[in-house]
Amino acid sequence: MSPFEVIVRALADYVRCIDEDRLEGWPDFFDDPCTYLITTAANHREGLQAGIVFATSRGMLVDRVSALREANIYERHTYRHILGMPAILSHEGDRVRSETPFLVARIMRDGATDIFATGRYLDLYRIREEEAKLAERTVVCDSSRIDTLLALPL
Amino acid sequence: MAVQTQAPLRWPAGLTRVPYWVFQREDLYADEQERIFRGDCWHYLCLEADIAKAGDFRTTFVGDAPVIVTRDRDGEVHAFENRCVHRGALICLDDCGSGKTSFSCVYHAWTYDLRGNLIGVAFKDGVKGQGGMPPTFRMADHAPRVLRVARLLGLVFGTFSPDVPALDTYLGSTIVSCMERVLGGRTPVVLGRYTQVLPNNWKLYMENVKDSYHASILHLFFTTFEINRLSQKGGLIVDESGGHHVSYSAIDRSAARDADYAKQQIRSESEYQLQDPSLLEGFDEYRDGVTLQILTVFPAFVLQQVQNSIAVRQIVPRGVSKTDLHWTILGFADDTGAQRLARLKQANLVGPAGYISMEDGCVGGFVQRGIAAAADAQAVLEMGGAAAESSESRATEASVRGFWKAYRTRMGL
Repeated sequence: MSPFEVIVRALADYVRCIDEDRLEGWPDFFDDPCTYLITTAANHREGLQAGIVFATSRGMLVDRVSALREANIYERHTYRHILGMPAILSHEGDRVRSETPFLVARIMRDGATDIFATGRYLDLYRIREEEAKLAERTVVCDSSRIDTLLALPL
Repeated sequence: MAVQTQAPLRWPAGLTRVPYWVFQREDLYADEQERIFRGDCWHYLCLEADIAKAGDFRTTFVGDAPVIVTRDRDGEVHAFENRCVHRGALICLDDCGSGKTSFSCVYHAWTYDLRGNLIGVAFKDGVKGQGGMPPTFRMADHAPRVLRVARLLGLVFGTFSPDVPALDTYLGSTIVSCMERVLGGRTPVVLGRYTQVLPNNWKLYMENVKDSYHASILHLFFTTFEINRLSQKGGLIVDESGGHHVSYSAIDRSAARDADYAKQQIRSESEYQLQDPSLLEGFDEYRDGVTLQILTVFPAFVLQQVQNSIAVRQIVPRGVSKTDLHWTILGFADDTGAQRLARLKQANLVGPAGYISMEDGCVGGFVQRGIAAAADAQAVLEMGGAAAESSESRATEASVRGFWKAYRTRMGL
């Protein structure tokens, strides 16, 4: 498979994992160490580092899932990720940088469905034996406004 | 959910009851804008760091009122309503910027200096001797409403009121010293910003921030990791007006696990372990053992220290049942690399995805929806007695009662 195909498959598997509520599998899409950051386009543009979510290890992603399952209180809801085509930005050895636009609808327990977030994944993948792991994922949300809370990962 | 009726407002006696119509009525919302947001209160506008250089500006809100904050060539900070005196359009359409010497309204190019003085009117003298403003028109007679501005510890506050006392008097020395504890002698640096849109009346958020009773019950993350337990050393300060408060706690990791929690069957006894505990490995920043200090300034400002996560929160009402919560995450100019990283990790505790604050984003909405058919029913605020005073216990709603005391004074309720 070409790097493009490997990444497309990784992207498709990633969003199915979240949207089908298999969050325990979500950290496995990442290398360790890795960085996972959810931020806003305005912060990203200004070079501001603090994120809405900021993780620097796979362990922190596992902790995020445990907290969602065991600690945090929020109304039941699901996401539907709709992804655009990944653009391959660079390819050096086993490392591929890509950018992929996303749209996420949030479906609340009463059925209310809204566009929760739009933005892009800025990714650094490490590809080994036709499997892509995320060394970095920066989720850049187009808007700085988050409705109510951001519980499930993007 | 908004209630339009003009039924007489009868507040129950004492401070232990809050009628739910206070979160629902459109007429009260309008009244609050006048008596509180444009009334005798000070409001957080921005950080001095947001307008560090001459010609820098930032737009913000005081309640519904759009406001421009500027720094002029003399280094003075000014604030004025973002509304052209000609036909009412926004004067400035940007969130922030620099290098400004004037603002020009896009509609008819009426121009203002950085103090909000009208300094130019397009075609004032007409074109080829025709049209133009009448000779009686004087630019000096027309100015947007200018706010009084006060700077404190790197924060910029403003007020439309000519009468409210100076900011440090308004706050009182105890509140000022608690703010100084967090910010004093240092230069804040913005690490990030975001806005959380809350599906509830702004006062439900303020109640929540002031409510030290809920913290260790709703926020399991806090409790499980012993960042906060009501039985820990700590306390609550409520100022004389009731409107400002400080809740603080000091961690005592060696303290025996508290039987009171097990008795209440509160969800705090799970065997929850972090895979990456570096999230909570901070540094001793204040050398006083206080790991949490939540401070509010009436009506709508929060200064937060949660371990090494420092933030200011500005609350802007957007309607009877909608509120914008603007977060600004702070570091300081003298942070080491390791300290900065600790702050970035601990920022996971707060905000819309915060381990300990995501619940605060939804719980106000739970109340707003819960009371939809109960305008005349009342909340019960009896935890810790009936007064609105400081206490060594945080198992109290004293600062929530304090908020309503200050609110009713200003609203004449």
